[in-house]
Amino acid sequence: MTAIINYDDVEAGTELPAQTFPVTRATLVQYAGASGDFNPIHWNEAFAKGVGLPDVIAHGMFTMAEAVRVVTDWTVDPAAVVEYSVRFTKPVVVPNDETGATIEVSAKVAAKLDERRVRVDLTATSAGQKVLGMARAVVQLG
Amino acid sequence: MPLDPSLIGRTYPPTAPYEVGREKIREFAEAVRDANPAYTDPDAAKALGHPDVIAPPTFPFLITYRAAAQVVQDPELGLDFSRVVHGDQKFVYSRPVRAGDRLRVTCVIESIKSLAGNDVLTVRGEVHEESGEHVVTALMMLVARAAEAGE
Repeated sequence: MTAIINYDDVEAGTELPAQTFPVTRATLVQYAGASGDFNPIHWNEAFAKGVGLPDVIAHGMFTMAEAVRVVTDWTVDPAAVVEYSVRFTKPVVVPNDETGATIEVSAKVAAKLDERRVRVDLTATSAGQKVLGMARAVVQLG
Repeated sequence: MPLDPSLIGRTYPPTAPYEVGREKIREFAEAVRDANPAYTDPDAAKALGHPDVIAPPTFPFLITYRAAAQVVQDPELGLDFSRVVHGDQKFVYSRPVRAGDRLRVTCVIESIKSLAGNDVLTVRGEVHEESGEHVVTALMMLVARAAEAGE
């Protein structure tokens, strides 16, 4: 079994390994199918532009799913996440090409809480814009 | 018409059980490109102390979003869904969702606010296993943008 992070080994300011997640149109189609969210703003360019968006955008819940991987890859056991919340501030715009968009996620321990828990604050950006606000996870450590 | 704040606290009947399958969890984990073996390999999940594969943290949204249709389509609420965007999302877990769970969702109108002419609706979804065990609480905040003048 892989090492589990110990509460005593972290402090406020401890950084989690940052990650970059690519998103293409194919990713969004696959996520639409798996999640059942077929809103056309996530796959139909004409529709997205018709409602005032710059282009097709990623599902907010897709971005939320990617961002928390920085936490679950750190803890190894995803069950360590006992609370997780985000605000959707800006859309991840996904152009119709092979590279698509990228979501860059960094995270750090913001506070040590009782019961060997910590609050982790996440930052997610795409094309230089913050796409999540108030992104936080409460994590149970060993 | 702004949403009626007297509907705060309205509770909807629990949904029929959603049975969580291993392959649905695998499909979701693949869609978010998450290779954590706890999602796909029962032995890896057991090594972490789970009875079966578990689902990624945002998986419960599939179930709670579907359940929230009862609220969003409630004629007494009168939400114009064509103007709605997803503002915030929060999950508070008692334990991870896992394969074999039969989950029921009870939706509650948590809050209704008006901010700068926009309606802000928060729906709480309480997710319980059929046995009665609490699994996760999901809070979904929706913003219905104000109708523009002349519309």
